[in-house]
Amino acid sequence: MPNYNSFSRVKKPGSALPGLPLSLGITLLFVTLIILLPLSGLAWQMAQLSFADYWHIMTSERTLASLRVTIGAAALATLVNGVFGLLLAWVLVRYRFFGRTMIDALVDLPFALPTAVAGIALVSLYDKNGWIGQILEPMGIKISYTYWGIVIAMVFTSLPFAVRSIQPLIEELDHCAEAAAKTLGATDLQIFTKVIFPQLTPGILTGVGLSFVRSLGEFGAVIFIAGNLPYKTEIASLLVMIRLDEFDYPAASAIAGSMLGLSLILLLGINIAQTAIYRRLEQGS
Amino acid sequence: MLLRHYILIGTAFAFMAVMVILPIVSIYHRAFSEGWDVYWANISHPDTLAAIWLTIATALIVLPVNIVFGVAAAWAIARYRFFGRRLLLVLIEMPLAISPIVAGLCFLLIYGAYGPVGSALDPFGIQLMFNLTGIILVSFFVTCPFIVREVLPVLMVTGENEEKAALTLGANGWQILWFVTLPNILWALVYGAILATARALGEFGAVSVVSGSIRGETMTLPLQVEMLYNDYNATGAFAAATVLTLLALVTLILRALIALLHPQSRTHSGAQR
Repeated sequence: MPNYNSFSRVKKPGSALPGLPLSLGITLLFVTLIILLPLSGLAWQMAQLSFADYWHIMTSERTLASLRVTIGAAALATLVNGVFGLLLAWVLVRYRFFGRTMIDALVDLPFALPTAVAGIALVSLYDKNGWIGQILEPMGIKISYTYWGIVIAMVFTSLPFAVRSIQPLIEELDHCAEAAAKTLGATDLQIFTKVIFPQLTPGILTGVGLSFVRSLGEFGAVIFIAGNLPYKTEIASLLVMIRLDEFDYPAASAIAGSMLGLSLILLLGINIAQTAIYRRLEQGS
Repeated sequence: MLLRHYILIGTAFAFMAVMVILPIVSIYHRAFSEGWDVYWANISHPDTLAAIWLTIATALIVLPVNIVFGVAAAWAIARYRFFGRRLLLVLIEMPLAISPIVAGLCFLLIYGAYGPVGSALDPFGIQLMFNLTGIILVSFFVTCPFIVREVLPVLMVTGENEEKAALTLGANGWQILWFVTLPNILWALVYGAILATARALGEFGAVSVVSGSIRGETMTLPLQVEMLYNDYNATGAFAAATVLTLLALVTLILRALIALLHPQSRTHSGAQR
């Protein structure tokens, strides 16, 4: 490794330190082999499809049904996680109570637990002999092997994304604004809706968005509890898998590519919306 | 505390109990439902042991490569200005947004026997998919963002003054890395490595696309759980699942410990972007 003369390069920030060729070389090699090439594989396969074929695959009854199931269940799961994510984040930041550290750590469990394990655990809880299923089935509520099972599995796997996106914003909340609102005679409800909630919107938006994206792509946890009936409880990821097993690569790629496109558009949208919100908040204050 | 606080805390507890704690308890309950002997027989079944071993071997291969890549990428992005730097970071974070099944499919399309790279290697007798190589490749994909995301913010915050001081004192690149940079990023690196390992041990969707699922050969532990469950050996599936659950719990405890001992290293939760 040559010993650079740092003074001759002092005007270019960052270029004085050695190791750029090696570190960038390793990075680019890895990114090309592991991320870029596989993604271009999908693009290559999709490019071989004519638009008519793509349209035919995507508008087939079964594909549409699987997309409806996936998007609908993901939306419901996201709604649940938006509400409970906000509640959990609030309780964990603002209150001190016995078991807080444990709850805080357990929020990440769905992230750490392999999805297949989550899947069999949930189905064993909610089927008719399970602890929860036993109570619900006599009341006429079936969860396992139905649409609701898919929603429950998605709520489980995407919960950490909702909580962890909102939590830092609550930690950074401006206490002065709350106190000022109080001295001005605002009720607690007013303080929450007019002072606290607007400051949390970027976090809630990110949390809800990530939770939705995660739910769209979830596979392991869902397939055990879903029942996997075509047209009814078959999610899009499973349909990709089925087309793959049939060696129907074009159909698998068309559905997978569309899902990927949807996720990326959503993430981009979240980013743009977040920037806009932050700008407005800064102008407001 | 007001009554309202108790209601909020109670709701949080109830939600976590039903959604998170109960599933975990039920895994152990089902695994031990036929007694300790049956549990032990299930765990020590050759196929399950082979799956445990394969999963550990995968993690042991994936981790060192991940550390080298993670530190190199974070160092390059934090310390130099080059064209496409932001795009590179976006690319590295992409695996977090991609469904595991879609990820597996991507690998199959390029490295599989019909893909451009796979078919080029085929005449040489090199097969990349449906074996351990395939499992390792997709594990690289799903785990590669974690270390970068932990180390990069720390490198950004610490700045390069210490490294430049070392340079003027005559240290070479490796000495700077070993004596200055690594001590600064150590806990962020450990933190990211724990997240990446947990992910590598538990990946299911992407691995199930490329593994070929040959019993005793390319069955990782999560795949073994699925196979046992679909074979109507639920107790066996839950027994295998207890191993993975234990690993997940250990991950959480290690993370909590690091956050407690080195609060400055806790920049991200794995689930946070």
